[in-house]
Amino acid sequence: MATDSDGQTCVYKNTLLAGLWRENPVLRLLLGMCPTLAVTAAVKPAFTMGMCVVFVLVCSNVMVSLMRNMLKPHLRILMFTLTIATFVTIADLLLKAFQPDMSAALGPYVPLIIVNCIIIARAEACASKNPILLSIVDALSMGAGFTVALCVLAGIREVLGTGKFFDIQVMPKAFVPWAALSMPVGAFLTLGFLLGLVALITKKRS
Amino acid sequence: MDTVYLLITGFLSVVLINNLVLTKFLGICPYLGVSGRIDMAFGMGLAVTFVMTLSGTLTWLIDHMVLIPLGLEVTRYVCFILVIASAVQLVEMYLRKFFPPLYDSFGIFLPLITTNCAILGLCLFLNLWGIDSLLEAVVLSVGGGIGFTMAICIMAGIRENLRMVDVPECLQGAPITLITAGILSLAFMGFAGII
Repeated sequence: MATDSDGQTCVYKNTLLAGLWRENPVLRLLLGMCPTLAVTAAVKPAFTMGMCVVFVLVCSNVMVSLMRNMLKPHLRILMFTLTIATFVTIADLLLKAFQPDMSAALGPYVPLIIVNCIIIARAEACASKNPILLSIVDALSMGAGFTVALCVLAGIREVLGTGKFFDIQVMPKAFVPWAALSMPVGAFLTLGFLLGLVALITKKRS
Repeated sequence: MDTVYLLITGFLSVVLINNLVLTKFLGICPYLGVSGRIDMAFGMGLAVTFVMTLSGTLTWLIDHMVLIPLGLEVTRYVCFILVIASAVQLVEMYLRKFFPPLYDSFGIFLPLITTNCAILGLCLFLNLWGIDSLLEAVVLSVGGGIGFTMAICIMAGIRENLRMVDVPECLQGAPITLITAGILSLAFMGFAGII
């Protein structure tokens, strides 16, 4: 009994840590690239986006886990998509009500969470096979990994691109902002070099 | 004459200036995934253009004929994704029945298009830009698809040549593709002045 619960704790701990580095959705699995590139010009929208994804991920994982025994194989992707679309609508309405300026800044990228591969991938790979608690842990871990990756990317782009961090001036007045980093170019370049850095670290470690 | 002018500028704008891939970051997954060879990239581009035209038009019609008159805007996202999924399914069945060679050449790309964010993205942008004529919605949908095809084919051409280049080991694969896309996006910014 004791060993069993130890094994259980181990599974939860592993799942919890997986999303942050080993299976980080953005940096290692290259999932959910569209929002990663689109909303990372500044940290605040990136963080808001991360929170929206965490909310949708947790809710859809819970729902999928609850109905995992009723799913028909050929209809499962459709059911996943509809579940996700419903929760994205809820997230969008919440954002419009409580953070109207963020909702305007994120624009269509909030509804685009519906086709974010991370959420379907987790529903398919984890929630449709595992009980609720493990699915929630998995969702939190993946969501946290996504948010952290977004915030790192946005941090680099905001500090170098505008000289600010979370709208607060951090660079000295004499610093000339690299305006290109706030533009679409900067998103592609920063993510490219960040992925290169991650590949380098992985290689050094092994 | 004004309408024609508006349609032409709209078309150019969505193909070159507001290119879905390079400025709106939509459809990045297939952009990174199937841009290895030009023929595959072109096939993917054609399939996306086709589905985008169909679903852009259909979602615009549903939005303006059903959802807005009935005040059901809240169900917009669920309806849009359903329309796209069924459009893809219909196209797949139609092609399999009437154009088997074309169906074989599309292969796995067709079902994958359902989760291509460029399609849903375009439908949402049509709504966001406040497009109020059907003709304009159709033209913009075709333009979005052509813009995607162009971007993915250019990238495939570059990547075919990139294979002969000595890329640092840690930048091989996705990183160098993203950096190339960045430079490409910089080049496309030059189009911003033409309208």
